[in-house]
Amino acid sequence: MASLLDLRRRIKSVKNTQKITKAMELVAAAKMRRAQERLLAARPYADEIAGVTEELMRRSSGHRHPLLQVREVRRRCLIVITADRGLAGALNSNTIRLALREMNSTPDIPCSVVSVGRKGRDSLRRMGKQFVADVSSYGDRPTLGELLPAMRVAMQEYTRGEVDRVDVVYSQFASAGRQEATVQCLLPIAIPEVASGPAVDFEYEPEARDVIDALLPRYVEAQVYRAVLENIASEQAARMLAMHSASDNASDLIADLTLTANKVRQATITTELMEVVAGSAAG
Amino acid sequence: MPEKLKVELVTAEGRVLSEEADFVVVPGKDGELGILPHHISLLTPLKPGEVKVVNDGNEEFLFVSGGFVEVLPNRVVILADAAERAEEIDEARALEARQRAQAMLADNRSGDAVAALERAVFRLHVTEIRRRRPTRSGPKN
Repeated sequence: MASLLDLRRRIKSVKNTQKITKAMELVAAAKMRRAQERLLAARPYADEIAGVTEELMRRSSGHRHPLLQVREVRRRCLIVITADRGLAGALNSNTIRLALREMNSTPDIPCSVVSVGRKGRDSLRRMGKQFVADVSSYGDRPTLGELLPAMRVAMQEYTRGEVDRVDVVYSQFASAGRQEATVQCLLPIAIPEVASGPAVDFEYEPEARDVIDALLPRYVEAQVYRAVLENIASEQAARMLAMHSASDNASDLIADLTLTANKVRQATITTELMEVVAGSAAG
Repeated sequence: MPEKLKVELVTAEGRVLSEEADFVVVPGKDGELGILPHHISLLTPLKPGEVKVVNDGNEEFLFVSGGFVEVLPNRVVILADAAERAEEIDEARALEARQRAQAMLADNRSGDAVAALERAVFRLHVTEIRRRRPTRSGPKN
């Protein structure tokens, strides 16, 4: 049996760990709220861009923008969005696993990777995947500008014909209790069919196709940006949950160790008493 | 009471401005566009420059580094690439960006460098306007 001193030392160390996990839980909860707010704040822009793009596509179906071209898929590209930091439960490994499954589903087609976030970058690099771009260390509050390079590279690869399909893998934020790794096709752009609202007769300046040329990249950017924001919200939610159960486990462990420590203490006292009694009886 | 326009300025990061106005000027790709109520519906890209919002004689300036404007009869939606309130613009950063862009221009006259320079110059320009003529501070969002 472990000595009393060892047990006390272990209790102390578990208590210290618990303090950290509790603090991390609170921080993650606060950050999750802010991440959710940012997700909401990004919505008006994304909705407007999507609305205008759909409207435009309906009118000028003749124009084939390079980002709309559907080609036979010979090479693919995955944008893998993960967190920069771990200690977020199975969040990152779920995303990475989904990304790998996606790659293995088409084993004959070479697949390149654009990584957003350190965790995905590191583990995919260890597996020897081919990278075309990386944007990591984006923090809790990335601006579109910080993430833009990743999207630019993916779009360039597509327009140059280096890849024939681009997907995004990220963790969708369903609720504080549920995050799901998701794959979404980014390129070629599939404009969702919408029930036509009151059609607005827009004038275009200089011309409809010029407007489309400028609009489509931003449509793609808005989609990726939203995915990153969702991933951040998911990250914080997952961390909050993971740290909550870690704190609970620490409580259990402390209770266990305390019980053992008390037993050891009592056993020692009993033994000492017996010795005293035996000694006085002999004397 | 004269009719008003509803002006909205949104960026990918959030809504920057949403208010009534009599008159709006935006930096259209082919030149400045002044928009009054009942303007024809229009969709056009923007170039880096300043957006002027006039309401009851008050003028407010905002910087956009590109984007789109969607004009509806009584509503103007500016989809800006990056919109900042003029007082928020960090002059030192803009200057630094300008120097960097100029250094880039010196060895390579690429389109990106030209755009970066254009943006930097306009940022400084708006900041100067702010300093010369302090207008009322915008509504807090």
